[in-house]
Amino acid sequence: MRTLKFLLHKEFKQIFRNKALLPMLFVVPIMQLLILPLAADYEIKNINITVVDYDHSTYSQKLISKIIASGYFKLANYAKGFNGAFDDIENDRADLILEIPQGFERNLIREDEQQLYIAVNAINGVKASLGGTYLNRIIADYNADVRVEWVQMPRFHLFPTIETVSANWFNPTMNYRFYMVPGILALLVTMIGAYMCALNIVKEKEVGTIEQINVTPIKKYQFILGKLIPFWLIGVVVFSIGLFGIGWLVYGIVPIGSLFLLYAYLSVYLIAVLGLGLLISTYAETQQQAMSIAFFFMMIFILMSGLFTPIDSMPKWAYVMTQFSPITYFIEVMRMIVLKGSEFSDVKIHFLIMIGFAVFLNGWAIYNYKKTS
Amino acid sequence: MNNISIFIKKEFLHVFRDRKTLLMLFGLPIVQIILFGFALTNEIKNAKIVVCDYAKDAASKQIIGKLQASQQFEIQNALLSHNQIEAAFKNGKIKMAIIFPANFNNDLLHQNKAQVQLITDASDPNTATTISGYASQILMDYQNELMQLQNLPYQIHTEMRMIYNPELKAAVNFVPGVMSLILLLVCVLMTSVAIVKEKEIGTMEILLVSPFNPFLVIVSKAVPYLALSLINLTVILLLSVFVLGMPINGSVLLLYAVSTLFIITALSLGLLISNSTASQQAAMLISLMGMLVPSILFTGFMFPLENMPYPLQLVSHIIPAKWYYIIVKSIMVKGLGFSAIWKETLILLGMTLVLLVVNIKKFKIRLT
Amino acid sequence: MDTVIHTDKLTKRFGDFIAANEITFEVYQGEIFGFLGANGAGKTTAMRMLCGLSTPSSGTATIAGFDIYKETEKIKKNIGYMSQKFSLYEDLTVLENIRFFGGIYGLSDKQIKEKSGQLIESLGMKGEAKKMVGSLPLGWKQKLSFSVAILHEPKIVFLDEPTGGVDPVTRRQFWDLIYEAAGNGITVFVTTHYMDEAEYCNRISMMVDGEIKALDTPAKLKQRYSAISMDEVFYELARGAKRSE
Repeated sequence: MRTLKFLLHKEFKQIFRNKALLPMLFVVPIMQLLILPLAADYEIKNINITVVDYDHSTYSQKLISKIIASGYFKLANYAKGFNGAFDDIENDRADLILEIPQGFERNLIREDEQQLYIAVNAINGVKASLGGTYLNRIIADYNADVRVEWVQMPRFHLFPTIETVSANWFNPTMNYRFYMVPGILALLVTMIGAYMCALNIVKEKEVGTIEQINVTPIKKYQFILGKLIPFWLIGVVVFSIGLFGIGWLVYGIVPIGSLFLLYAYLSVYLIAVLGLGLLISTYAETQQQAMSIAFFFMMIFILMSGLFTPIDSMPKWAYVMTQFSPITYFIEVMRMIVLKGSEFSDVKIHFLIMIGFAVFLNGWAIYNYKKTS
Repeated sequence: MNNISIFIKKEFLHVFRDRKTLLMLFGLPIVQIILFGFALTNEIKNAKIVVCDYAKDAASKQIIGKLQASQQFEIQNALLSHNQIEAAFKNGKIKMAIIFPANFNNDLLHQNKAQVQLITDASDPNTATTISGYASQILMDYQNELMQLQNLPYQIHTEMRMIYNPELKAAVNFVPGVMSLILLLVCVLMTSVAIVKEKEIGTMEILLVSPFNPFLVIVSKAVPYLALSLINLTVILLLSVFVLGMPINGSVLLLYAVSTLFIITALSLGLLISNSTASQQAAMLISLMGMLVPSILFTGFMFPLENMPYPLQLVSHIIPAKWYYIIVKSIMVKGLGFSAIWKETLILLGMTLVLLVVNIKKFKIRLT
Repeated sequence: MDTVIHTDKLTKRFGDFIAANEITFEVYQGEIFGFLGANGAGKTTAMRMLCGLSTPSSGTATIAGFDIYKETEKIKKNIGYMSQKFSLYEDLTVLENIRFFGGIYGLSDKQIKEKSGQLIESLGMKGEAKKMVGSLPLGWKQKLSFSVAILHEPKIVFLDEPTGGVDPVTRRQFWDLIYEAAGNGITVFVTTHYMDEAEYCNRISMMVDGEIKALDTPAKLKQRYSAISMDEVFYELARGAKRSE
């Protein structure tokens, strides 16, 4: 225990003396948490539309105003012809073109039928299909309006209609920040834990001080604990600042579930993540190597974690892969406890899996950490 | 010039001897392309939902059949009570519950009006909006089918054309994004460390007292990474064409030319970080902690930039990857020529020049 | 005299390369034992095995009576080590380094306080006690590093080229410290390149191509090779070396 005390004393001194490190540990994550959730809004709105109206009739005008009034679309341009409109797509000024053919109003009345043409920039497939769907819905509505106006029939329930009543549980205002803040916080805590731990140990290797430590009677576990405890504490502190300082005060996210449960999970999770850092450090000779290895895995973990893209949509093999990334579980548990008030029984499996990760990663790292060559 | 080639050779040796780092640098683009090409999508598929069918009549069964047939949903066992639904949401088993009230078909046929309730787990609002949209679409289709039977007057049809990406493949959007991301991060990361490392070890002084222009010494450190990035670019392009079936509609030459410019922008940024920090640790943390997530977000391939608050849209302007992403989309996907991308190219060029000038200034200060 | 280091056919192989080949020697208590050899002769490899940093491929050895294979942790309590690379923490102050290394060797707070006072006094570093070690000149760092290595009064201290890059005056002072330690009964095992330093040792061994080619007092070695200085002895022995750089 006494040895550990001296090791901890030394680590803390070194960390708090490092003027370059401290802002990276505290200021940068907090800033990112403050800003990034604002940037991760996936709701499809503000779709830019260019209209080519060959008809110039009252009814084509009505359609256009209805589209703009829906709030999903922004009128980018009235183009004279389709070629001009296509320029808008090429230059990203418009996402979508609506072409109203000549004789739109007349044909609709005389022939009971008329065609509209829509062209969508489909590079972003999701945005394209959603945009198209919205537009179709508005046109269908418009069609119904026209029908009611011309047919002069009883207004209500002329045709069978299915009404959908939606309820949005856990986040009635559909505020996407509620979703992103816990996820991004989880990610930042992970990065701090894994990078710091890996870089710190490899630095001792590179500078040569680890050699000096290795000839002292310090036990393997003491040295490792001496490294894990400070970063574990820093992880908890950053997490708390993020959760209360940013999440609660700035974004108004009040954790619904038990804080005790949340911190219990965080504790286990941090041990697992630090174990990952430790493991990386046993394979790397230089800080540069440690960083590239950490970067490689972090990148994959982030992308596969379900933070930005839904996990359920992945093909089977990829879905299986996500189950091997600890971040996936932490992000999920964060969102469950903070937003939905999930209880221990809901996250029991998550706990077991994370304990498994912690034991496995640390066990492997300790096994691989050699005092002798 | 011969002298410079000596330096460049030395840098190549440094880079290519560190096998572990090299493996990561080459492995990263390959893994990313495969992940983005096959695994990652913004689209929502197989969302787990439950259906509570109190009606159990022809209409509700037909609609459930449609839901089952769609790729978007995976219907779990039916739950009946409200509490059970809440519990299923809490342990994360389902994303949405669809409730058909009793007498659904009856209401629909005789009163021309029936209700369906959709309950979503809005703790994930993006998914919630999307899947309730899908469900409404299916309901609407069903309703339209009923209407079709009645032969309505004044029909407006729409014909929709998906330009550039008729199959709506996610890769078409992601590949340009991944290219921007990988080239930027790899270049910044590696160069930011390269110089600080020599500072830390002390070999930088030896280089600086050598009779060559010190700035050229520094620039030569960037050359291997330029080469490496061009190789990475080639690997990415080959994979996307032959594995993902992406087209390169525009000029390959133009693509390489602009990519080279972008790589140089990224390298200059890395040099700047290197010039401004004192230790490898600091340089790495700046490039990793400081750049990784912001680049993912502000490049614009994951989250639409136009949705961001205005100040953040301004922030996105200073991310070089954003401009490169636009350029790559224009050349690769839209098949446009230089006339379409000259503005973005000019911006990248400007950024590079500014970065280089700042680098030189900083460097001179260090020397005195 | 007590034997504190005893090795028998100690060997280290890295693949096909034999870095140290069947090294056999003894070192007695209180002795200053010089370990000489050209670059790449295998000195550092041998020393790392003795300190428990590297596991031998074959052969046996005991350090301070403990077995080199089974009792490395006990050995570590009884030795001090100063590596070629400076290895105190540069971002800790002089006092903090002393306190840290004292602490992990199990010294009590009182002992640490006493010892650090003495140490700083004797090194004449009162003004620097609270300065970062990284800001000290190399010579001071080396002296400090040595003092820290013997802080816990080990039976043996291993010094790996301790005076590399240091000016002659500091080197002289450094050797005063070594004599003082030896006077207190600490066995000093030192590798060096400087042949004048070899003369300060009680006995020296010469390593060539991973083997010990000669082992005796400086005077006897000079006599055997009819040389005037250790330099000549060294040239005589190292001339046939295959691995010198």
